[in-house]
Amino acid sequence: MSPTVRLQEMIRVIRSARTQGEERGVIQRECATIRAQFRQADNGGRSHNLAKLLYVHMLGYPAHFGQMECVRLIASPRYNEKRVGYLGAMMLLDENQDASLLITNSIKNDLAHSSQYVQSLALCTLACMGSAEMCRDLAPEIDRLLRASSSYIKKKATLCAVHIVRKVPELGELFTPAARALLAEKNHGVLHGAVILITELCERNAQTLVQFREVVPELVHIMRGLVTSGYSPEHTVAGISDPFLQVRILRLLRILGRNNDTASDAMNDLLAQVATNTDSSKTAGSAVLYETVLTVMDIKSESGLRVLAVNILGRFLLNNDRNIRYISMTSLQKIVSTDHNAVQRHRGTIVDCLKDQDASVKRRALELSLALVSAINIRSMMKELLLFLSTCPPELKSHAASGIFNAAERYAPSQRWHIDTILHVLITAGGDVRDETVPNLIQLITNASQLHCYTVHKLYRALVADISQQPLVQVACWCIGEYGDSLLQGECEETEPVQVTEDDILDALETVLQSHMSSPATRGFALTATMKLSTRITENVDRIRSIVSIYGSCMDVELQQRAVEYNALFKKYDHMRAAVLEKMPVMDRSSLGQTNGESGGGVVQEMEPTKPKQEMMVAPQPASQVCDLLDLLSGPDEPSHPGSTLGTGSATLGPASLMTGSAGGDLLDLLGGLELTPTPMPATAPAAVTVYDKSGVVLKLSCERPLDASQTITLTATNTGDHDITSLTLQAAVPKNVQLQMKAPSGDSLPARSSALVTQTVLLNNPNKVSLKMRVRLSYTSQGSTFQDTVQIDSFPTPGL
Amino acid sequence: MIKFVLMVNRQGQTRLSRYYQPVELRRRAAMEADVVRGCLYRKKEECSFVEYKDFKLVYRHYASLYVVVGITESENELSVYELVHNFVEILDKYFSRVSELDIMFNMDKVHIILDEMIQNGHVVETNHTRILAPLTALDTLAHS
Repeated sequence: MSPTVRLQEMIRVIRSARTQGEERGVIQRECATIRAQFRQADNGGRSHNLAKLLYVHMLGYPAHFGQMECVRLIASPRYNEKRVGYLGAMMLLDENQDASLLITNSIKNDLAHSSQYVQSLALCTLACMGSAEMCRDLAPEIDRLLRASSSYIKKKATLCAVHIVRKVPELGELFTPAARALLAEKNHGVLHGAVILITELCERNAQTLVQFREVVPELVHIMRGLVTSGYSPEHTVAGISDPFLQVRILRLLRILGRNNDTASDAMNDLLAQVATNTDSSKTAGSAVLYETVLTVMDIKSESGLRVLAVNILGRFLLNNDRNIRYISMTSLQKIVSTDHNAVQRHRGTIVDCLKDQDASVKRRALELSLALVSAINIRSMMKELLLFLSTCPPELKSHAASGIFNAAERYAPSQRWHIDTILHVLITAGGDVRDETVPNLIQLITNASQLHCYTVHKLYRALVADISQQPLVQVACWCIGEYGDSLLQGECEETEPVQVTEDDILDALETVLQSHMSSPATRGFALTATMKLSTRITENVDRIRSIVSIYGSCMDVELQQRAVEYNALFKKYDHMRAAVLEKMPVMDRSSLGQTNGESGGGVVQEMEPTKPKQEMMVAPQPASQVCDLLDLLSGPDEPSHPGSTLGTGSATLGPASLMTGSAGGDLLDLLGGLELTPTPMPATAPAAVTVYDKSGVVLKLSCERPLDASQTITLTATNTGDHDITSLTLQAAVPKNVQLQMKAPSGDSLPARSSALVTQTVLLNNPNKVSLKMRVRLSYTSQGSTFQDTVQIDSFPTPGL
Repeated sequence: MIKFVLMVNRQGQTRLSRYYQPVELRRRAAMEADVVRGCLYRKKEECSFVEYKDFKLVYRHYASLYVVVGITESENELSVYELVHNFVEILDKYFSRVSELDIMFNMDKVHIILDEMIQNGHVVETNHTRILAPLTALDTLAHS
């Protein structure tokens, strides 16, 4: 009786269980019966029980008690039982289980069995779960089988050899000659296995790779035979003769031809032949062509061949089958950096794929389009990309938006176009852009001084139309605050001017202030803009004053602080108001690249372009009234107000002008600009390594003992910057199995520009000798706000170096 | 190489599973559910290749069954797509118009066929007659 009958009954019973609980009950009962039967002496039903157990295992229930039964069944002389036993071994055992050692002997005996089916079972199991010891024991047997046996066994033996080579790479040499000989076989199954074995050998060992380069002509011959042969009923799939073998051989050729001219030359003709002769109307043909293209791109092929390959990919793009479109785009993406011009030819098709239904195709098309943007095609590409942005799925929006920004920044033909594009993106996908877009845009606008009028008109219109997109609203508020007077003048050359009155502007800003859609940051922008307008407009200053004083008792601390300080500006320092609220100077783009995002948490997200404090600090003015005012307005999120005197004054100082530049660009890192004069700190210990050096804070690490199980590490912090640092704390994290103990630090404040240092000792205990890594978090307060930064240390210095 | 072969029905029940790289039993159920969810909810216009974690999935839909194959990065997806079709054709030939129930109730035979075709994550044989030879021999032995 075959094992399936009883199995079928059980399956029927399980299927009839209606709930998960019922099913569990049925299975538990079955498992109990099976367990009881295993304990009994041999009866005819052993294989049924194991088959049932395997089914239960497939459903996800534990079946480890069947392992010994597998071992027993494998040793049985009957083929039925052997079969189920080996299947059980493959599914239940792996090399970590002890029971797997017990079947080594059975496998050895079965490899020498007279029946080839039994031999094949043994080979299959060995290939599936053979441990390194088993492989070493049985490798000679496998080698023997590789040479002298039927093709049925040979093909299985080759794959077993692949497994052995993976487990025990040294045995690769044992199989090399046999593998070489197998290439002469006619049987496709054996050939296939041989190619896989050679691939594995070449990937493992570079010398074997060199050896096997000699077989390239043989492989080429085989391929040619396959490509030119007519219909053969055994191997043909959809008109292609054994596409699986072709793909495998092409992959091996790729590995052999990589970085090698002679081998690549030998393959060129063949690849051209395959590329032109293969019929790609069915998937099988496309698979072969795809592999050919990958091979051509990887080896040192001649340029004509490369162009042919890119054209094939282009043809794939037009295919109706979306699988093939997806494949071609993935490959095009890989080669767009190397063969840019060839891919440019297919730009039209790629851009069309942006409108495809499939989300993965769209994503690939977007990435490819962004990679293909260049100075020549920027206008047309941008049109397409903007169209895409309005219709693309939400998960791609932020990626698309940032890609568009990058492209616009690099290739913008004119400033006006650039500003237009960014505005368009903000209007369409405002919610998904990254945070640094707003300061970037603000800086761009400031720099384009002739476009101020145009910009502010456009932004005003956009603001009035829709106040839900936060970045857009922020930029609009800022611009209205700065250039409100151009808006009021009501004339503009480049666009249709809007006729507004002061009340209209203030209404718009108030709407933003009061709307529940505005985030706190946006409200801050709006309040500042309102304040700035007090110097630009003439009639409604009282209205502004009342708005500002209302917010003096606002719940939001941020807004309240601002409002209170603006009130102070109105009352006590009214004479300075004009100077303080003057227009911003043009900013330098030099250090826009730095984005240290860690300082001060979310507070610094204000993105006000200039940090006046830095300018103030560079020219250490004696306590002037303006300085006092600015001290009063403490914190990094103050409205920008470089008083014109100090602003221009600092511009005359050499280092200070650099200050303006870096201060303008780097919004999130207050102290970034102060790294101009790094004072080299003396190393505190001979083996000290600087692991962190930012914002003037320098952290050094030194080890006291050689890297063994327990060691002492000293962290030393110094301050090379211009600001005092207080409340400095260091925290450290290490991988599991390493114990960490931090001693108390020597202090926690570092005055500016001093050689004072704070040391902290860390004791590490690494009993398992895992590779030591440490992550250190520093937090400190400087200029009234807190900063945090994390640094990862992957390699530790050894003392005495 | 091929990491695993799964056959699941539309309700997400596994009808066949074979792993060529060891995966712990506990994680199997969760991974199978995850993989199946990824494939079952794809619309008809979407392509058959899914990027899942750090490997790829190739799936094909046949009536009530989904055949899902997990492959590593280096494998040619179109080739595996064809392989899946080949496998189903062979099952069709053996069971004469195979259905989900055939696979469920003859699991060991399906495993034999799969073993003849794919071993250790690589393709052994793709010829229909040669794959079915040992099984037909077994059948004649059993009948006689």
